[in-house]
Formats: sequence, structure tokens, C-alpha cells
Amino acid sequence: MGSVRGGGDHATDIGLQLASTAELGASDPKRVSPRLARALGRVLDGVTAVEGLRRLSAGATLETWAFDAIAPSQRWPLILRRAPGGVSAARTLSLADEASVVRALHESGAMVPEVVWTLQPEDDLGDGFVMIRIEGETIPRKILRDAAFETIRPRLVSQFAEVAWSLHRIDTSLLPPALPSAGVRETLAVMTERTRALPTPRPVFELAIRWLEEHAPAEPGRPCLVHGDYRHGNVIIDANGLRAVLDWEIAHLGDPIEDLAWLCAPPWRFGVLDKPAGGLGRREDLLAAYERASGAPVDPARFRYWEMMASLRWGVGCASMLEWFRSGRNRTVERAMIVRRASENEMDLMRLLAGRV
Amino acid sequence: MLDAPTPAEILDVVAAMIRDDFIPKLPPDAVFHARVAANAIDLVRRQLEQGAALEAQSLERLQHLLGHSGPAKDLERELCDRIRSGSLGINTPGLIDHLMADTLAKMSIDQPSYASYRAEIASARN
Repeated sequence: MGSVRGGGDHATDIGLQLASTAELGASDPKRVSPRLARALGRVLDGVTAVEGLRRLSAGATLETWAFDAIAPSQRWPLILRRAPGGVSAARTLSLADEASVVRALHESGAMVPEVVWTLQPEDDLGDGFVMIRIEGETIPRKILRDAAFETIRPRLVSQFAEVAWSLHRIDTSLLPPALPSAGVRETLAVMTERTRALPTPRPVFELAIRWLEEHAPAEPGRPCLVHGDYRHGNVIIDANGLRAVLDWEIAHLGDPIEDLAWLCAPPWRFGVLDKPAGGLGRREDLLAAYERASGAPVDPARFRYWEMMASLRWGVGCASMLEWFRSGRNRTVERAMIVRRASENEMDLMRLLAGRV
Repeated sequence: MLDAPTPAEILDVVAAMIRDDFIPKLPPDAVFHARVAANAIDLVRRQLEQGAALEAQSLERLQHLLGHSGPAKDLERELCDRIRSGSLGINTPGLIDHLMADTLAKMSIDQPSYASYRAEIASARN
């Protein structure tokens, strides 16, 4: 099966407001390799070199690299996730905090990769961390269409539900204090503020905000670990099903139903609109599997609320990237086209508001 | 005064050249970006062809909804303010229709292959 991270998947860093001083010149493999070997030599026995270093994703601020660390009698397949010049993040986790969250999750038995090293200033590699590479596929269209996944596909809806519950049930007192809290009201407040900071008026977003104000459910009884970007592209899947959940940078404590609704947002169905649960199956089956795993009913109104929020959040995320593009921070064709994807969320919000779906 | 081919006709062949001639010869890591570039050219072509007419129709609807005229950006801001204050809402006659029409118009330029858009225009036809 293919690479661990899909090169064409550009949504990884979306929904965040990252401010970076990235120096892309430092991304040359010839400069990264020896620094990595030196850093890893301290934690992995006998490592003197790295091989096969290659960039998997070309994000503006976050880079993902695959490579092997080589010792005389062993080799480790690894992933480096880093920001070359450091990332300062608004309302999200720094890479070091993300690493500490993933470490804590791994220790509690969650389905996440093992972090082997958090980059230190003396490594001269920017901010980031190194983790064990898990083989499998993340590219949505392959998972949804390739023959290699035909056998497992009917099982994936319930696996997405079961894995979500395995994360939501984690004792949050074991997790690092860096995890921010964002429940129902806090998330709406942030989205409202970000909508009103956009350079163009967006009446569809305003109408969605009104709806969300009027339909806000109670805060969850127990704030849970919420992944925040739980969807294809951020999970590794192989012929046997889900293998790992990646990309914890917007993890927070909040309402677990947010993760289930996010998985069902139309952009994450990757063209298979009539299968709301990640392009794989029915909402009802996702929620029923989650109820079986958790032993508690899911309130459909709460799910609906987070569906509306999902389209607003992704819409605001796209629209706010106009500033990235215009300021020159990421003046690329790809970024320009992501900004023009704000309207797909207006489409989805209008269909929800007009009672079409 | 300016000659043909039109900008839209020229962009059409540029996008076709990227897809048909360049992409088969590109290394894998460049293919994705070349596809995005061809899609961007298509977007610009659609906006050149239809953008002005769609904006004029939107402005006309918006003036009707708000009951007065003005520059589009000002009226859109006013619409936002009135939704925010609650003086216009989901039950206001014409509001959902206007916003749906605007959204469909945007999608016809931005991303006419988007599945939700296809589903919405298919259901409108039935």
C-alpha cells in the first residue's frame, strides 16, 4: 500500500490560525538528514544515519517527512512532522504540545503513533517531533474507491465510531494541561469572532451563527478529548481497517459529538455525498455503532448542531486564508483555490438551513 | 477594438494544454499542482464569462430584499448586520431564496463539480 501521508491532501493545516516565521530554505533534505541523524542518535540505539528522507506533504507551515533511521543492526521507519522556523499558534497546540498529547495518548493505549523524539532547539530543525511510521493509506479517494479496501470498507463506519469512542473515553486527567477547552459556547464564540474578522461580509455564515445561537445544546456532561479533525486524510487505514489517528494539532476538551459530525461534513465524503459517514455509509449506522460502544444514546439534535458548526468552521477556515494569500505568507495557486472553497461550505450550510438535508 | 480569440477562449486552450500535454509528462509531485493550476484557469474563465451577470442579478435581488439601492458591498454588510441583529432571519420571506441563489451562483463559478451543488441543482429541477 502507498505512502503514509497523501501528498495531495492539503487540508491538514486548515481550520487553524498558524503564524509562522518559516524559512523554507531550511527544508533541503541534504541539510535535514545529518541533523536528524545527530538528534536521533541520542534516543535510538546506535543510530548514525538516516536514509530515504522524502517530503510527503507540502503544507505552507507544517511539513511531513518520511525516512528510516539506520543503526548497525536495526532500522526504524519514521515520520518527521515539523515547522522549519517554528509555529506560533492561536487557539491550537504547538508542535511540542501536540507531541506531548500524542505521547500521553500512546501511553494510555490509544490508536496513535509512538513519538520517539520531540525536536529541541539544539537539533536546529525547527519545532516538531519524530514518530514511528505506520504503514497504510490516508488518501481518501484510494480508501473509498480502490479494490485493496473493498473487503474492509463495509466495516469502516463502525470502526470510525469505535475508535472515536476509544479516544473520547480517555481519562482527561492523564492528558497534558496544554489541551485547551472548547465546548459548545466557546466554539461558537470563536467562530463568530473569526467570521466577523473576515475581510468580506458573509451573510450565509451570519445566518448559520444565528441558527447555532438559537439551537445550542447544553455543554456536555463530561468534557472529553476531542480530536477536532477526525476524518479521512488524518487516519491511517490498511486492509484490516483503522490503524492510527494522526494530526492532533487542534485537539481540545469538549463535546465528543463534534468529532462524529465533522466526519460527516460533506467535504469529507470526497464526492460520495449519499454516504454521510465519511463517504462510507449512513449517519444512523455511525451513531448506532457509537452508541453500542459508549453505552449512551446520541442526541440527534446535538449531532445536527455540530454538523452545522462543521460546515461553518471549515468555511471560516477557507475564507480566512485570503489573508495568508494576500499577505504573501502563502501566495500559491493551491492556497488561492482553497480560499475559493469557502463557498462549498456556504452551499452545505444553505442546504442545512433550508432543510434540504 | 480588442481582437479575438476572447480571453475565455484562450484560457480554455491553456487549461487543455496543461491537462492533455503537460500533465502526462510531469513528475508525480508536480501533477497535483498542475491539476490545481488547470482548475484555477477554469475558474477564472467561468468568472470572466458569467461573473458580471451573476453579480448584477445578485445586486438586484439584494436591493429588492432590503428595499433600497446602494453598492453591493454596502448592501451585503447591511444584510449581515440585519441578520446579526435579528431583524432579518430564516423566516423572512425571500431571505433563504436570495442566499440560496447567491450560493448557487458562486458555486457555478467556484466549483461546479462539488457534490452538494450537483445535488441541489438536481433537486431544484425535479
